Amino acid sequence: MLHLDIQYSRGDFLLDAKLDWQSQVLGVLGPSGAGKSTLLNLLNGLLTPKSGLIQFNQQILFSSQQKVCLAPHQRRIGMVFQDIRLFPHLNLFENLCYGLRLLPAEQRRFSLDEVLDLLQLRDLLKRHPHQLSGGEAQRVALGRALLMSPQLLLLDEPLSSLDNALKQQIIPYLLAIKQRMNLPMIIVSHDEQEVSQIADQLISLAQGKIIQH
Amino acid sequence: MSFLFDITPAELQAIELSIKVAAYCALIITIPAIAIAWVLARKDFVGKSLLDGLVHIPMILPPVVPGFLLLTLFGKQGWLGAMLHQYLGISLAFTWLGAVLASAIMAFPLMVRSVRLSFSQIDQGLEQAASTLGASPSKTFMSISLPLALPGLLTGFILAFSRSLGEFGATITFVGNIEGETRTLPLAIYSYTQMPGGELIAMRLVILCVLISLLALVASNLCERWMLKRVGR
Repeated sequence: MLHLDIQYSRGDFLLDAKLDWQSQVLGVLGPSGAGKSTLLNLLNGLLTPKSGLIQFNQQILFSSQQKVCLAPHQRRIGMVFQDIRLFPHLNLFENLCYGLRLLPAEQRRFSLDEVLDLLQLRDLLKRHPHQLSGGEAQRVALGRALLMSPQLLLLDEPLSSLDNALKQQIIPYLLAIKQRMNLPMIIVSHDEQEVSQIADQLISLAQGKIIQH
Repeated sequence: MSFLFDITPAELQAIELSIKVAAYCALIITIPAIAIAWVLARKDFVGKSLLDGLVHIPMILPPVVPGFLLLTLFGKQGWLGAMLHQYLGISLAFTWLGAVLASAIMAFPLMVRSVRLSFSQIDQGLEQAASTLGASPSKTFMSISLPLALPGLLTGFILAFSRSLGEFGATITFVGNIEGETRTLPLAIYSYTQMPGGELIAMRLVILCVLISLLALVASNLCERWMLKRVGR
């Protein structure tokens, strides 16, 4: 499914990552500064590797040899950011439908109704992001990423900004996405206990290298 | 206070011309100011300091200098003025269109500064989020960056409008002080102060000038507050 063999450097930080991934949900563990978010940003195209190859489901996303580098908007890789990043000038309906509206009808995998019901967002649609609690904002960010029908969903520390009670509320939503939507996901966390509840396969990042568990 | 309402046709003409020139000025510089502000806020390139300097130089020059340069370039014998006249039949020197150009040159840096500040304050993470949701760079700009920069754009628009309303030095140098054609409010005030017994009329125009500017600023503040409330700031 995902074949990754890339080199990336910024200042003193070096990432030399090799990975072949076939399972549905991959958990990426590692301490702060290990390069977990960098790895996700290399996958979604917000950062560009120095060299190497990224291939997902036979599609080449990046190849230094073939001089291919798809822009983020061409990759169809959904991302839930650690700091959520809902658009403050749009209400939640507009936030949720942002990616959906950019997608041709025949490429839409999930309907708005399906996502609203799954994440229990129906009552929030007219609100603006600043009127939401942390857990609600996280669910909207998840819904927004799902509605752009990604071929792969990246979750960058989706639980780190939430307290324990909210974490326990969000985990069932992530499990529901995994079970009902058959969507490949990569979830990054520094907490093994958290991520192992969702992931089928775990890897760690340490000193810019991937270690298989 | 009744003297405020005894406006003569010549004064009304100056008021109307001022508002027309200021509105045209603010409108024609909006798109170039957005483009330059975005480039200055977001891009690093060789010559950025030079571009920044060129945009802002009218703010520090005596207004008569840009006015003289405009006259040299766009006068009937000027390099650009002669071409415009020959090929398009357009004359800018000593016409109200020239007053718009002079105002635009003087107001441009104010709008660029305001919009640039707005662009700089936008969290670039939001633009990244839009791109991962499938938005092309132009779609991201139109749907995320530009709406979030609207308060700054509006402030810049009002600043440019007000600056144009008060423009004197560049205008009188480039287009003169022709009643009905280029005599805007500041030029009319100047003319009446030079005329025996014109002080009362000059005072009336001064008060009207202050009122128009104040109205524009209040409208801008109200719009800005409404927009900021919408984004929860």
